[in-house]
Amino acid sequence: MTDLLNVENLTVRFEVKRGGMFGKKAHLYAVDDVSFTVKRGETLAIVGESGSGKTTAALAVARLQDAYKGRVELDGDDILPMEGEALRQVRQKVQFIFQDPYSSLNPRKRAQDIVQEPLDSLSDKSKAEKEKIVAGLFEAVGLRPEQMRLFAHQFSGGQRQRIGIARALATQPELIICDEPVSALDVAVQAQILNLLRKLQKDMGLTFLFISHDLGVVQHMSDAIAVMYMGKVVEHASRLDLFGNPKHPYTQALLSAVPTVDRTKRAEQKRILIPGDPPDPVNLPKGCRFAGRCPVAQDKCLGEEPALVDDGKGHRVACHFA
Amino acid sequence: MSPLLTVENLRIELTTRDGVAPVIDDLSLSLNAGETLSFVGESGCGKSMTALALMGLLPEKIGRVAAGKIIFDGEDITHASPARLREIRGNDISMIFQEPMTSLNPVFSVGEQIAEAIRAHQNLPRKAAWNKAVELLDAVRIPNPKGRAGDYPFQMSGGQRQRAMIAMALACEPKLLIADEPTTALDVTVQAQIFDLLTDLQKQSGAAIILITHDMGAVAEMARDVIVMYAGRKAEYGPVDAIIEHPRHPYTQGLISCVPHIVSDMTEERHDLVEVPGIVPSLKDFGRDECLFASRCQHRTEECMSKRPVEKHFDNNQIADCWHAEEL
Repeated sequence: MTDLLNVENLTVRFEVKRGGMFGKKAHLYAVDDVSFTVKRGETLAIVGESGSGKTTAALAVARLQDAYKGRVELDGDDILPMEGEALRQVRQKVQFIFQDPYSSLNPRKRAQDIVQEPLDSLSDKSKAEKEKIVAGLFEAVGLRPEQMRLFAHQFSGGQRQRIGIARALATQPELIICDEPVSALDVAVQAQILNLLRKLQKDMGLTFLFISHDLGVVQHMSDAIAVMYMGKVVEHASRLDLFGNPKHPYTQALLSAVPTVDRTKRAEQKRILIPGDPPDPVNLPKGCRFAGRCPVAQDKCLGEEPALVDDGKGHRVACHFA
Repeated sequence: MSPLLTVENLRIELTTRDGVAPVIDDLSLSLNAGETLSFVGESGCGKSMTALALMGLLPEKIGRVAAGKIIFDGEDITHASPARLREIRGNDISMIFQEPMTSLNPVFSVGEQIAEAIRAHQNLPRKAAWNKAVELLDAVRIPNPKGRAGDYPFQMSGGQRQRAMIAMALACEPKLLIADEPTTALDVTVQAQIFDLLTDLQKQSGAAIILITHDMGAVAEMARDVIVMYAGRKAEYGPVDAIIEHPRHPYTQGLISCVPHIVSDMTEERHDLVEVPGIVPSLKDFGRDECLFASRCQHRTEECMSKRPVEKHFDNNQIADCWHAEEL
């Protein structure tokens, strides 16, 4: 299968001031030299803890955040330098489902207008066509036609997220970025939304970039996974490889930290505790960013930053000792 | 040995615009010292309300204990005076809240806030209380506790703030610690640290813990007994392992199977998750004489719609409030 999205050396940095008004300017590299690919029709999950840069990377891919450097190729075209009409065309192909269904819907608009808005601003379709599309979308995400005229506050959390999904589907995008689409929902409702997303993917051949910190959800949804730590991808592998044979010590610690109901799994796994907190993102250590908390770190890790290396079978790890 | 905490047929009513609604309806439980009991359920099922009732912190004029008893250490605290409750709170029962960001006071350093709790209950002089606060921060594994005690909450990470909250809750060596979603706002690796810390502290102090959560995985790791709550009523109560092995209530089954879990034998094939259709009923429907889960349940029969289910006891101490518990 071909790659729909190919991100190369993407870097996003923010300017921060240290030490008052005349303090020295410093840069915080939220996403630092990150590369990953997503195959057409598949799901790549980006996992990591808060502050690891996963959402920033996704925003940069959607051109909602300016990148400092790198390439984001969609269907072979680099979309980072695009502007004006070309960018408007690209926006039709990349849509976003946001985390919080309570704050990402306009409270003054009716549900049908919220779903229609991307069509109004990005396409040149006629009014009748647009209405037909919106009605079809409501059915596709499991909402009733009479609910089209309601306002956002009249829906439950799960229904609101369905509206958010319908809105993302409106322009028939090729890539949908789901930024923690279920983390604000109750567990029983989560299952409904996850099943819906998988069904839509199968029916419409969608490609997902799925951002999440919940590894249970990630293993259920994804075909491949990129693990981020402090702005870097530390491991990138297929689903079975990553969960069955995690190679980076951070991934191992992350997987072992997830509480599980499976008794055999709980018995066989020892929790790998990583002490302390992540380093200061403005003053990053020289070597591996995980070295300070890593249970197997050696002198080499402190001085030399490991590169993301492919093992020949598509399992990529950034660790000197993997 | 008599249990540390016994709750008998507790009923808590909230006054709402639509009338009086029982947010906790006929809840009984018992908890021994040194043990952990967990409450699970979706939001709006009355988990946090139970915790507030135990602390005597029900919203004034809106919530009240309508029936039943909460017996803590041999004393019925449902009718205790506000002064007596103030003595118990923080001293014998203390609580860790969900949001470490919003439940700490932003204008006092964490050391002062912990010392305040100590001075309120133990009559120690300022200096001694401060020193004790530093010791507590050390006990919850905050590096360089002497220096960090002077930090304000915004200077700490989420995990450190939650550890400061735990230090505060432990300040007076409570006999019962209520943790209301203590790790929901935190990352998994930090969650693992906090769970480890709680287990260690429990071993040292012999305190009982009530853990409120929506995560069955967390329950399996932390607790011995679990109460599954639904719409203010107990759905299922019993030992965690037995309930995860064989849940007898359809809601418990739904809660376990609707979450994608990481399992040891992972395959390429992934089945659809089990959906529990619909949502929790609204408060005004809480008091009805029927199974409140019936509208979302695939096993529902006539009986479920017309009568509230009675408790069914099983040999392994499992109790399920479902008309069809034996068949499931």
